[in-house]
Amino acid sequence: MSLAKPDAVDITTKQKVALALGIIGLLILVLALFNTNFPNKGLFLTIALGLITVGTVIYSRDAYLTKLEGIKNDGVWFKSISSRGVWGWIVGVILTTFYIVLYFYPQYLGLGVDGAANTGLISLFDPLSQLLSGRNASQWFVYGTLYTIAILAFGYKFILKYRHNRYQQIRTVSVMFFQLGFAFLIPEFMYVMNNNLPYYDLKSVWPLNYYIFDEWSVNGFLSNGNIGLALILFGIISIFVISPILTYKYGKRWYCSWVCGCGGLAETAGDSFRQLSSKKMSAWKLERWLIHLVLVFSVVMTTAMVYTYLGYDKNDFWLTRGVFIALVIGFLTLVFAGVMLFRGKELGKDAKYGAIGLFATIALLVIMHFTGTTDHVFYVKAGALRSAYGIYIGSIFSGVIGTGFYPILGSRSWCRFGCPMAAILGFQQRLFSKFRITTNGGQCISCGNCSNSCEMGIDVRHYAQKGENIVRSSCVGCGICSAVCPRGVLKLENDSMEGRINPTEILLGNDVDLMDLVNQK
Amino acid sequence: MEHIVIIGNGISGVTLARHIRKLSDKKITIVSGETDYFFSRTALMYIYMGHMKFEHTQPYENWFWKKNRIELHKAYVEHIDTKNKTLKLADGGNLNYDKLIIATGSKPNKFGWPGQDLDGVMGMYHKQDLDNLEAHAPNNKICKRAVIVGGGLIGIELAEMLNSRHIPVTFLVRESSFWNGVLPEGESQMINRHINNHHIDLRLSTNLKEIKSDDNGKVKSVIIEETGEEIPCDVVGLTAGVSPNIDFIKSSNIETGRGVKVNRYLETNIPDVYAIGDCAEQHEAIGNRRPIEAVWYTGRMMGETLAQTICGNRMQYKPGHWFNSAKFLDIEYQTYGWVFSERSKQDYEQHFHWKHEDDTKCITVAYHKDTNEFLGINTFGIRMRHETFDTWLTEKRDIDYVMTHLVEANFDPEFYSHYEADILSAYNHQLQTA
Repeated sequence: MSLAKPDAVDITTKQKVALALGIIGLLILVLALFNTNFPNKGLFLTIALGLITVGTVIYSRDAYLTKLEGIKNDGVWFKSISSRGVWGWIVGVILTTFYIVLYFYPQYLGLGVDGAANTGLISLFDPLSQLLSGRNASQWFVYGTLYTIAILAFGYKFILKYRHNRYQQIRTVSVMFFQLGFAFLIPEFMYVMNNNLPYYDLKSVWPLNYYIFDEWSVNGFLSNGNIGLALILFGIISIFVISPILTYKYGKRWYCSWVCGCGGLAETAGDSFRQLSSKKMSAWKLERWLIHLVLVFSVVMTTAMVYTYLGYDKNDFWLTRGVFIALVIGFLTLVFAGVMLFRGKELGKDAKYGAIGLFATIALLVIMHFTGTTDHVFYVKAGALRSAYGIYIGSIFSGVIGTGFYPILGSRSWCRFGCPMAAILGFQQRLFSKFRITTNGGQCISCGNCSNSCEMGIDVRHYAQKGENIVRSSCVGCGICSAVCPRGVLKLENDSMEGRINPTEILLGNDVDLMDLVNQK
Repeated sequence: MEHIVIIGNGISGVTLARHIRKLSDKKITIVSGETDYFFSRTALMYIYMGHMKFEHTQPYENWFWKKNRIELHKAYVEHIDTKNKTLKLADGGNLNYDKLIIATGSKPNKFGWPGQDLDGVMGMYHKQDLDNLEAHAPNNKICKRAVIVGGGLIGIELAEMLNSRHIPVTFLVRESSFWNGVLPEGESQMINRHINNHHIDLRLSTNLKEIKSDDNGKVKSVIIEETGEEIPCDVVGLTAGVSPNIDFIKSSNIETGRGVKVNRYLETNIPDVYAIGDCAEQHEAIGNRRPIEAVWYTGRMMGETLAQTICGNRMQYKPGHWFNSAKFLDIEYQTYGWVFSERSKQDYEQHFHWKHEDDTKCITVAYHKDTNEFLGINTFGIRMRHETFDTWLTEKRDIDYVMTHLVEANFDPEFYSHYEADILSAYNHQLQTA
């Protein structure tokens, strides 16, 4: 099309007022950031957060409640902010900068170093932190508060946007609940009850929660009696028992788009950017390499870390270094053998990559065991591996790129390319789960709405137009493809494993003899 | 190597090409003057509405064609010389073929209205129509009102498109109720109300008399036949159905009627020349189907079938049970089997109709009044399973069975309200009172 991009339809006066309210709220935060000393911090914090919330609420109500229920994607690719326009890039740069400062230069947010009082933005949050847990705010408290506000306010917007769709509403209430309760409030209350316990967001499961098995964390739990022991056991059970059962029954969506905080932000504040994820085959190839490399990195890193604080001697504790390494290798081998036994044929060429990955991991662990010393693994200081993971994966990948690049790469680039938890759940979802997106016979018209709105970059249409169910490890089960389908073709469901994967060449509706001839081969 | 040339890169031609490639090593060339690559025509509306960009409507990435050795040639065909098996292209070139498939789709109907070729008058079928609309109706300042003529599926989509840019729409429908040549009365009237709820100025039983021009040959207004009312407007959408896009064939010796005449093997009167999709016309209609089926799905099915014939397994076009779908603004519609409107149904066809009180969901079940055999279902606002109805139709289930097992066919997303109990009690109630 030779024409310039059509103008996005103007927003109403009411929406402009709402936008102004939200911006005033943000402005208060910015003023605090630049060290404006507000007299009554509690009051100004309330006003700032209140205005942001109220602004979003008013804006959403005017945007959606004035129209009939239905799909509300008009102008998504015209608006500058949601189509990588100037506003998209500006917001991307601001978010990215915020994350860099948050992770690496918290003193600029006003974090008091070495016991000094907080200043700037962080001090503005002191009253709220005092109220909840009786201590002053940290940069993480500020971040957690803003994160929660974003999920709640934009979650409300999302619920209105999909007010005809109960799956979307219930799912959104769920992520709002888990963010507010599990990620934000409960850890604060836990601190009040027992201030020696390490921060623990119960829904954040290893390997997403990569610090749970850190020495300080494990010591923190173990030195706190039964409750600490229960918590760390819960952490282990979460990944090895609870998560496989739930993923088997419901697919990885139970976590990724119902519980997870990263997913929660992507589904609410990130919803306007979901269409920006790349659907190219090349992006899918990159995704498969990247996410599994991160998984290997996180397994090796965690093992190495635990390894370094375990002793050599059985007399201290039954779990010695040798036993631990043997357990890890044994477990990985068991998983691999199980997969090959039950799904080997189906995997084909991918089985080879899986085997290579497994043996590389085992080789790394064996090398580590025989070259490691008391404080060195892989000839580097043990802590270096952990801090490299923390910086490059935990901070830069998941935060700076994952969220900062929302307006450029779409809302789930971390979940898609980096999250090791998503890799584990996805692996299981692809192979041992009842979940699939069912394609409704021959009704697909290849329009592309489903692929366009897939935040994980799955080319949903590729399957739907062949009458094939969508069984992809990366699918987080958000259900938007099903919602936007104009012909009612897609349905997320948990059904039997039989016939879950159904490659077809000729679609339902054609000559039955032809279907038999071509599809049964 | 045998050279297969396909004219038209829509769903029919592309499906055919893909299946020939799966089955053989033949040389395949697709000729199209419309676009470089295959795109989903049904998705054009979403580009104008800003849901997607043009590239998102392309089901295959651009590397796909080379990888699968399907050559693409962008040109219109001017003449088919069947004696020498040569196409004369509008760009001056010639293209030889061994087998030729005509898959050129449709073009919007024009019924000789005065002013139908003015600047600002357009159909909504080709990519070029979309570009044209974008030029004439970029926003509601340049296009202060649009008039749509013809109440079918494309008409209501065009209304939705213009509505998304807040352009006021007057929608002229010849029939007394929207699409009631196809839909039973209850459904048709529900859609009338839904159109009005979207603030579209729906004018039923209203015909276009003429389109008036300003001094520059651009649309100025339309005149209504019945009342003589003049409606000022900047765009006129002509959406009174489509007909086969075969003007360039008329100069050849390929037999045509309204479309390219084909037998059940999709063969024309000339050996090695075939026609599929919207532009093909069966000598005799298949079952309750029309001789020309201008539907996405049938185009695809013809492509799937003809690939067998081209690759040596001569096969009749034998479509299974009828199905179709559409979306009327916010209301999805699916149909399985045959449900006819009051206007065209046989007297053995009886209907059970249920409508939800929110006026956005309803179903109509057709059955044989003597045998009670289930004939088909129309469903609005409730998604249903294609496979389930296909099975029930094959098994010739009766209406009682279908009504009591309706929940098995439900395809709505999880946690949606279910209406089967409600529907069943309405059905039983109707039986008692009937």
